[in-house]
Amino acid sequence: MQNILQQIGIENYIYLSVILFCIGIFGVLYRRNAIIMFMSIEIMLNAVNLLFVAFSTFHQDAQGQVFVFFSMAVAAAEVAVGLAILVSIFRNLSSIDIDNLKNLKG
Amino acid sequence: MEKNLALVLLLAPLCGFLFNVFLGKKAGKGIVGIVGTLSILVSFVASMYFFSLIQSTGKPFQVDLFKWITLEKFNVNFSFLLDQLSVLWLMFVTGIGTLIHMYSISYMHDDENMHKFFAYLNLFVFFMITLVMGGNLLILFIGWEGVGLCSYLLIGFWYKNQDYNDAAKKAFIMNRVGDLGLLIGLFILGYLFNTLDYATLKTAILSNSDILSNPLVGIAALCLFIGATGKSAQIPLYTWLPDAMAGPTPVSALIHAATMVTAGIFMVTRMHFVFDLAPYVQDVIAVIGAATAILAASIGLVQNDIKKVLAYSTVSQLGLMFLALGFGAYEVAVFHVITHAFFKACLFLGSGSVIHGLHGEQDMRNMGGLRKAMPITFWTMMISTLAISGIFPLSGFWSKDEILMTAFHGNIVLWVVGSIASIMTAFYMFRLMYLTFFGEFRGTEEQKHHLHESPSLITIPLIILAILAAIGGLISLPGNSWLNHYLAPLLSKGEHAAHHLGTTEYVLMAVATVGALLGIGLAYSKYIKNGEVPPQDSEIKGIAKTLYNKYYVDEAYETLFVNPIYRLSHFFRNYFEVFFSEVVFAFGKIANAIAIQGKSIQNGNIGLYLFAFVLGVSSILIYLFLV
Amino acid sequence: MSLLTIFYILSAITIATAFLTIISKNPIHSAIYLVISFFSIAGHYLLFNAQFLALVHIIVYAGAIMVLFLFTIMLMNLNKEDEPHKKLATKLAAAVSFGLVCFVMLAVFIKAMPIIDTYKQTGQDFQSIKVLGKVLLNEYMVPFEFASVLLLVAMIGAVLLSKKEKSIQ
Repeated sequence: MQNILQQIGIENYIYLSVILFCIGIFGVLYRRNAIIMFMSIEIMLNAVNLLFVAFSTFHQDAQGQVFVFFSMAVAAAEVAVGLAILVSIFRNLSSIDIDNLKNLKG
Repeated sequence: MEKNLALVLLLAPLCGFLFNVFLGKKAGKGIVGIVGTLSILVSFVASMYFFSLIQSTGKPFQVDLFKWITLEKFNVNFSFLLDQLSVLWLMFVTGIGTLIHMYSISYMHDDENMHKFFAYLNLFVFFMITLVMGGNLLILFIGWEGVGLCSYLLIGFWYKNQDYNDAAKKAFIMNRVGDLGLLIGLFILGYLFNTLDYATLKTAILSNSDILSNPLVGIAALCLFIGATGKSAQIPLYTWLPDAMAGPTPVSALIHAATMVTAGIFMVTRMHFVFDLAPYVQDVIAVIGAATAILAASIGLVQNDIKKVLAYSTVSQLGLMFLALGFGAYEVAVFHVITHAFFKACLFLGSGSVIHGLHGEQDMRNMGGLRKAMPITFWTMMISTLAISGIFPLSGFWSKDEILMTAFHGNIVLWVVGSIASIMTAFYMFRLMYLTFFGEFRGTEEQKHHLHESPSLITIPLIILAILAAIGGLISLPGNSWLNHYLAPLLSKGEHAAHHLGTTEYVLMAVATVGALLGIGLAYSKYIKNGEVPPQDSEIKGIAKTLYNKYYVDEAYETLFVNPIYRLSHFFRNYFEVFFSEVVFAFGKIANAIAIQGKSIQNGNIGLYLFAFVLGVSSILIYLFLV
Repeated sequence: MSLLTIFYILSAITIATAFLTIISKNPIHSAIYLVISFFSIAGHYLLFNAQFLALVHIIVYAGAIMVLFLFTIMLMNLNKEDEPHKKLATKLAAAVSFGLVCFVMLAVFIKAMPIIDTYKQTGQDFQSIKVLGKVLLNEYMVPFEFASVLLLVAMIGAVLLSKKEKSIQ
C-alpha cells in the first residue's frame, strides 16, 4: 500500500493542524458566547485528531488511530456534560454569556 | 525456669501498675490495695528464691533478653543481672515495699485517688527493680529515670496544693541535674570501653593497666558521683529531699528514705572498680559525704515538722554512707543502707501513724504525750530511734560504728565530723521523740478527743520493721561479718572488711556510744527536764534561725541559679522572642499583602483566565522546544 | 486531479468553515459551518484511506455532537444575534494571542521538521477495520472498557445536570 503522505507531505498537515488549532484558540478568546466557545474547543480537538491520523499514516502504525477513538469518546463525554452544565447555567442566569459568570471572583 | 522467674520478679509490679491504672477505679479500693500489695509480694518471694539460689551456688545469674543497641563496636544487650548485690537490694526493696504497700492500704484509704497512688507505687517498685536488676548501665539508667518520674508523681500526688507541685518539680529538676552527670559518665565509659555491661566493663578496666593514666576515667567517676548526689540527696543537690516530704508519708518512707535515695549508693557500689581507679574522686566523695552529714544533721536540730526532721536525718545518714563509700568501704555503706532502710522506714511509717492519728497535723509543737494513746507506734519508733542513734546492740550501732571506724582509719578529721553528726542525730531524734510522745498534749481539744492507735494494717508493718531495726545488725557483726563474706566475690578487694577487733575499735565503740548518750542526755535535759517547747517561727533567733532556715541554701540557690535563669528567660522572651516573632510574622504579612494584590487578578473574568491560560501554554512550549 | 489538489481544496474548506464558525453571529450558522468543517475533516481521513475513522468521525461529530449542539441552541432560543460587542482591547488581545500561538507552534514544528523528513513505506495493512479492531481489543482492551465507563458516567452526569432542580423554598 502506498504512503499517501509522500505525495502531500506531512508538513502540509502540520500547518493545517496548527492553523485549525489556532482558529480554535482565537474563537475561545474572541467570543463570549459559551456555545461558540465549545465549538471552538471541538475545532481544537479535531485539529489534534487530524494530526494523530497524519502521524499514524506517517509511521504506518494503527496506534495513532486508536488514540483518535479515545479522543472522540472523551470529546463526546465532554460535550454531553458541558452542554448539560450550559443548560443549567442558562436556566439560572437566562444567559450563556461568560461575562455574566463572575461567581469565581476571588 | 530461673529466667521466667526473673521476669516474674520484674514484671509483677508492672502488672500491678497496669491493673491499678486501668481498672483500679472500677475495681474499688479494697481490690486496688490487695493487687498492689500482692504484686510486690510476688516480687519479694521471687527475690527470696534468687537469694537462696545465690547463697547456695554463689554464682551470679544473668538474663539476656535481646540485643538492644547494636552499633559497629558498641553493643548493649537488654539484660538483667542477679548477683549478690542486686539480690540483696531486691530483697529489701521488695520486702520493705510490701510492708509499705500494706501500710498504705489503711493510710490512703480515705483518698479518692487511691488507685492512682497504688499504681504509682507499683510503677516505682517496677523501675526500682529495673534499676537494681539491670545488667548494664543503660538499663540502670532506665530505672534511674523511671524512679525519678515516680518520685515526681508521688511527691505531687496531692496535686491540688501548689506548694506540693512546686516540691515535685524541684525534686524532678534537681534530679535532672544529677542525671545529666550520670549520663555524661555513661557516655565517657561507653566511649572508653565500647560497652556498658558491668561484667565486661569490670574485666576491661581490671585487665587494662594503661587506663589508670587516662584522666577521662576520673572524670567519668566524678560524673557518676554527680549523678549519685542528685538521686541520693548530697551536697549540692540535696535540697529537694526535705521538700519531697510533701508526698504522702508512705511515699516518704518507701522512696525518700528506704529505696530510691539509696540508688546512688547502689550505683557507686556497682561501679566500685571505676571509683577505685580515681582516688581523688573518692576523696571528694568522702568530704562531700561528711559535709552533708553534718550540715543536714545541724539543720535537723531545730526543725519542727516531724517529717522534715526525718528528712534531714535521711540526708545526714546518706552522707555517712557516702563517707564510707569515699573510703572504699563499699560493704560498710551497703550495711548501713540496709539497717537505715529498716529503721528509717519504721520511723517514717511511725510518723505517718502519728500524723494519721492527729488528722494531718505535722508540727511537733502541737503534739506531745502521745505515748499512752499510741503505745505500739511509740514503742516501735522508740526502738528505731535507739537504733538510729547508735545504741548497743541495735542495728544502727553496728553499721554506724563500722562507718566511723573506717573514717577513723582513713582521716581523723572526717571521723570527728562524722561523730559530731552522730551525736546530733541522737539529739534531734530524741528531741523528736520527747516532743511527740512525752509531756502534755498541746493540740486542740478535738484532736485530743479523737486520739487513737492506728489500725493493725499500720501497726503490723511498724512492728516488723522495728524488729528488723533491732536485729538487723546481726548480718554484719564486726569480726565475723556475714555481709562481707556475702559481698566478697563481687567487691573482690575486701581489705576493708578486716577490721581486727583491737583496743582501738573497742575505744571507738565506747566513744560512739558515749556520744550517742550525750546527745540523748542533752535532749532529755532540754525537753523533759525543762519541758521546753520549740518557740514559734517568729521568735527563733540567732544560730537557730540560720539553722531553722536551712542555712538559707534554698535562698542562695534562688539568687544564684533560679533568678538569673528567670532574668535570662525574661530577656529572651522580651527581646529575642519579640524579634523572632516579628520576623516570622513579617513573612505572613508579606504573603498577606501579595495575596490582597493577587486577589484582584482573580476577578472572575473567564476571558481573562483563558487569555492567561493561552499565554502560559505558549510560554511552556517556548521553554520546552525553542529555548 | 492529484491528491495534492484535493488536499488543498479540502484544507481550504476546513479552514474557511472553521473560521466562519467562529465569527458567525448567529449560533445556528456557526453550527452549520462547523458541520461542514467536520465533513471536510472526514474527507481528510478518507484521503488517508482511514475509512473506518472517517465513518466514526461523521457519526460522532457531525451526527451526535452537532445534533446536541443544535438541540441546545434551539432549547435556549439562541438564534438571535444579540451578542454584545466585545471591547476593542479584548479583540486585539485575542488576535495577538492567535498570532502568538500560531507562531510558536509553527516554530516548534519547523524546528522539529528535520527529524521527520523520511517517509516509511512498509506496505502493510495498518488501518483497515480488521486491524484496528484487533489493536483496539487486544492492546487497548482496558482503556477501551474505561472509555465505555467514562461515557456512561458522562451520560448519567448530563442527565443529572440538566434535570430541572426542585425550587428551594
